Amino acid sequence: MRTKLAQGNGMVKSTQRQPPRLHPLAVRLMHWINALSVIALILSGWKIYDDAVILGWLHFDDSITLGGHPETALQWHFLFMWPLMLNGLIYLIYGTVTGRFMRKMFPISIGEIIATIRETLSFKLSHDDIRHYNGVQKLMYVGVIAIVIIQVISGLVMWKPIQFSELTALFGTFQNARIVHFVGMALISGFICVHVALALLVPKTIVAMVTGGPRDEAGDDTSHSQQSTAH
Amino acid sequence: MTIKLLGSRFRPAKGIDQGILDNHRELVDSINRRGILRGSLTLGALTMLTGCELGHDGSIQTALRAVSEFNDDVQAALFRPDHLAPTYSVDQVVKPPHFNAFYDPEDVRPVEASSWKLELSGRIADKTPWTVAKMYDLPETEIIIKHICVEGWDYIGQWSGPSFKLFLEKIGADTKAKYIAFKCADDYTGSIDMATALHPQTILATKYAGQPIADPYGFPLRLRTATKLGYKNPKWITAIEVTNVKPGGYWEDRGFNWFGGI
Ligand code: HEM
Repeated sequence: MRTKLAQGNGMVKSTQRQPPRLHPLAVRLMHWINALSVIALILSGWKIYDDAVILGWLHFDDSITLGGHPETALQWHFLFMWPLMLNGLIYLIYGTVTGRFMRKMFPISIGEIIATIRETLSFKLSHDDIRHYNGVQKLMYVGVIAIVIIQVISGLVMWKPIQFSELTALFGTFQNARIVHFVGMALISGFICVHVALALLVPKTIVAMVTGGPRDEAGDDTSHSQQSTAH
Repeated sequence: MTIKLLGSRFRPAKGIDQGILDNHRELVDSINRRGILRGSLTLGALTMLTGCELGHDGSIQTALRAVSEFNDDVQAALFRPDHLAPTYSVDQVVKPPHFNAFYDPEDVRPVEASSWKLELSGRIADKTPWTVAKMYDLPETEIIIKHICVEGWDYIGQWSGPSFKLFLEKIGADTKAKYIAFKCADDYTGSIDMATALHPQTILATKYAGQPIADPYGFPLRLRTATKLGYKNPKWITAIEVTNVKPGGYWEDRGFNWFGGI
């Protein structure tokens, strides 16, 4: 809006800022790097798991895993742990510094979550304004971010149980860390199924996560990167 | 929570019951894989479409190996030379130790103590081969530590024998060199970095639970280090070389991470 006016009267030069997009480029890049890393880690993790299974009945068929041999699956796993960790760290700093987390995901109230569930059950849940996450969305995003953090820690423990023995102590034993890592994988897989299904139900959210989405007056304060778009 | 082993290459399955299925597992698997009922769009099918099997295509394999080598450097930097692995009590020791090799226990070729010799080469001052008697003469260090396999299983074992650091000093090895390479009686090969070789919990094990190591577990001499995965602990060692040229190893050459640290 502000931009339209500015252009209209021709008075304000390109230094005038437009409100940032709902998902600035940085968020979009981080989201898709994360999605690729998480999926590659899960698929290669399944192949690694197959060599010493935790649940006797659960065995992942080669056709749904990444890496035809355990050694290749391990190589993929130890490749994608880097983008997952670095990208995730940058996202956590970004979300804190720009205030995105506080604006979009907190506070979460029980009342808000119940309201979302009620509206969903009575088919009254509105998707008109995708700039605001509802109670369930907030809970799911904060939840999955927390689980991914725990997943990184349990992963580091399995990678270096001796060098990081202080971290191993958090889990008690190496085998406990394996179980935590396995449960984390299951929860993240569950999240992805629900998350992707919901996104497909409201396709404009996917468009927004690709192109940036609507301008958001209360968007992330990334003044430095946004300035250039006004030129 | 039980840990079951399926088609493990580090701990081949034994027992008659599974035999028939196991002997034909590869065939069964390949028939399953090719089955027309599984013609849905799987990752496998996708990679066939693009004409490359992920990870075994040349350039992808080269990239994966490069990252794996980068991870070697990261692990070397993370290695804490004086940091000790947890140790356990005698009553937690699993007896006998777990068998692990790239073949079944029936195929172990026992080593004769009388004819066994440990050959030395590379950056070593005194390359006189060692005999079993001479080895047993060195003071022993005992460690009760976890053996962790790259597959995910582990067990507590009680190992004793001369500390590797002591041995390297005895033979006048250049401890500023980077690597130690091993050759084994079963044609297994392996190698480790010098920092790990000098770690206080790295020994040339001659005994398990106070008794000479039994044939299937590496008699008369095997490496036991508390800071590396199982496959970095060669058994039935017959030759040691100190070198500055990065050596490979049986599993490492097949794509398992070289450093293999824990
Ligand atoms: C290919 C699969 C994926 C698709 C299609 C997808 C799609 C989306 C879409 C459309 C949004 C915008 C959300 C909205 O308006 O509610 C979003 C946000 C989000 N997604 Fe995904 N996603 C995928 C995978 C993942 C994975 C694997 C994770 C984490 C493990 C993840 C975590 C998140 C988080 C935390 C947000 C909120 C980000 C923020 O606002 O800062 N997504 N995703």
